[in-house]
Amino acid sequence: MTQFLDISGLCARIDADGQEKEILKGVDLSIPPGEVHAIMGPNGSGKSTLSYVLAGREDYEVTAGTVNFQGKDLLEMEPEERAAAGLFLAFQSPIELPGVNNANFLRTAVNAVRRARGKDELDAVTFLKTARAAAKELSMAPDMLKRNVNVGFSGGEKKRNEVLQMTLLQPSFAILDETDSGLDVDALRIVAEGVNRLRSPSFSALVITHHQRLLDYLVPDRIHVMAKGRIIHSGGPELAQQIDREGYTRFLAEAEAA
Amino acid sequence: MPAVTETREAVEKLGQSSYKWGFETDIDMDVAPKGLNEDTIRLISARKEEPEWLLEWRLAAYRAWLKTEEPKWAKVSYPPIDYQDLHYYAAPRKKPGPKSLEEVDPELLRTYEKLGIPLHEQAMLAGVELPEGETARPPVAVDAVFDSVSVVTTFRKTLEEAGVIFCPISEAVRDYPDLVRKYLGSVVPAGDNFYAALNSAVFTDGSFVFVPKGVRCPMELSTYFRINAKNTGQFERTLIVVEDGASVSYLEGCTAPMRDENQLHAAVVELVAMEDASIKYSTVQNWYPGDENGRGGIYNFVTKRGACRGARSKISWTQVETGSAITWKYPSCILQGEGSVGEFYSVAVTNNHQQADTGTKMIHIGRNTRSTIIAKTISAGHSDSTYRGLVRVLPKASGARNFTQCDSLLIGDQCGAHTVPYIENRNMGARIEHEATTSKISEDQLFYCRQRGLSEEDAVGLIVNGFCRDVLKELPMEFAVEAQKLLQISLEGSVG
Repeated sequence: MTQFLDISGLCARIDADGQEKEILKGVDLSIPPGEVHAIMGPNGSGKSTLSYVLAGREDYEVTAGTVNFQGKDLLEMEPEERAAAGLFLAFQSPIELPGVNNANFLRTAVNAVRRARGKDELDAVTFLKTARAAAKELSMAPDMLKRNVNVGFSGGEKKRNEVLQMTLLQPSFAILDETDSGLDVDALRIVAEGVNRLRSPSFSALVITHHQRLLDYLVPDRIHVMAKGRIIHSGGPELAQQIDREGYTRFLAEAEAA
Repeated sequence: MPAVTETREAVEKLGQSSYKWGFETDIDMDVAPKGLNEDTIRLISARKEEPEWLLEWRLAAYRAWLKTEEPKWAKVSYPPIDYQDLHYYAAPRKKPGPKSLEEVDPELLRTYEKLGIPLHEQAMLAGVELPEGETARPPVAVDAVFDSVSVVTTFRKTLEEAGVIFCPISEAVRDYPDLVRKYLGSVVPAGDNFYAALNSAVFTDGSFVFVPKGVRCPMELSTYFRINAKNTGQFERTLIVVEDGASVSYLEGCTAPMRDENQLHAAVVELVAMEDASIKYSTVQNWYPGDENGRGGIYNFVTKRGACRGARSKISWTQVETGSAITWKYPSCILQGEGSVGEFYSVAVTNNHQQADTGTKMIHIGRNTRSTIIAKTISAGHSDSTYRGLVRVLPKASGARNFTQCDSLLIGDQCGAHTVPYIENRNMGARIEHEATTSKISEDQLFYCRQRGLSEEDAVGLIVNGFCRDVLKELPMEFAVEAQKLLQISLEGSVG
């Protein structure tokens, strides 16, 4: 128990075409405050499902287990309450909102979260200043604030926009769901730097990735291997190289044997 | 059983409604007996001290109405209306004499307060003008229509100095009979359709605007229609005439007190734009839509039509329709003058059991006439919404152009959206474009917004406002803000 994020025995299923499908089969994971953890694992192991379940997506039904987030029962909270409590999910495929101005969306979100956290709302001028500065640090074109949310954004622009939102919403816990997918090396570095800037004793993150490359820039405190809906192995940052070299076969075999 | 009685009984059982603006004002009413016949019309005409020609015009309209059938082609359904079970005239009992604000029934002023008429407009109602040089917000003149009789008109003086006439139509009949006689019914003839004929026979009040040659109306004109009499149909008549090179922006906004039965509303709006004239007519319509089970609510059968008579004239309709149980409304432009321009920007929201059949007609008669139609339809709950639009290009309209875009947004899986475009082209040189999309607010979009901290309702509001942006940006500033709030309120509880 870390008293920050404690996931215990988490099971969840989804109703896919009338078939109940068990995806999480007893996830145990603890992340202490100030630490960045990574989850790696083969396709279909439940990594994205875990991120959705933590963020409160209603398509998934939690059938067992608990998630304690900073002393609160996370699973009892609405998605927006989780956001207000400090949870942020950087989407693997960020969603387009046609007609919704990006700056307006960001300000609405920031102020909703500030209100819920008992802080004053930001006026338009202060917000724009902050947002522009943050966008610049992520090497985003200035007009991206004026465009519609994610509409017509390239893959890299979408991912940067996620990190921009994360920066402005100031979460205490961020989940990055394959934020590195579809990024070239430069974009990868910029995004990783964006996350690194947030690192502090009061910021934790769970980074879901397929590749060791992101973890070169974003060195995690722990790496977990997820397969078949469970965490089957955990280790230090050196685990990434090992996976890169050997794949998951050995961990899968060990898990089978156990 | 006629609709009104059935609904009354149904609604009486309901008790309180969640309709935000639901209340009734207790003011002495002067009400005509129920029913419609020539005597009713004579009574209305006599009460309003009208000239003989207008009475004859009304009677002719009534006779035309008797021969006309209620239109059945719209995709709306409702129980039959018993037109003999309605009152056709109700007027607040006026004290004799002047119309200074002090003498206005204080109860009425309290009504404005309850209706949330903004403070600055109340101040204007009270005759307080903005300080000299105030440019932050242009003044708005309010011709408040309380039930059928316009009770108080402000800013008349400023307008008079500019040469603009803005007054209740009954006053215009008295003070400017030649103008009214010349233009009344010239765009929407008395027997045009069932509801227009009914309106022509029994209209009790409405607004008259006349902007003379070369004058840019110095302020936006705003009329607040309020329906506040039990069992009284509303038959407003609006006539706006803009002469050569002149322009006006007219705002119409509506909230209605909660009704205990269906209320019929059959308004007629006529616009006339002469050479180089422009008219911008904006509407935010928020009449009681009925409860979540579809009981109660207003029947809104409106005929709105503008004539671009002069070369290069322009008429622009912008509407945000969130209210009424049933909406039957097609603001249209007759593009007669060479190079004249017609525009229609519309957002129609239906929720619960509302039904809307709305759209426009663009009739291209003159050469090089242009029209733009942007229609956004949002359906939620069990509602049904139809866009029905006609683009007609006549043989002489060489170089005519039309662009139409119809987008439908569905919320939930119990509602319907329909697009029925009629295109009739008789000129080979015309260019007509039609685009249409249908989409749903996706679970992904909602979840994305909520993950960022927005409540579900804020998320819907944001997405819907984004969807409507092309139309909302055509609204005057103050209306745009009001409209955005309205969209959100109208869709409350539509998801989840």
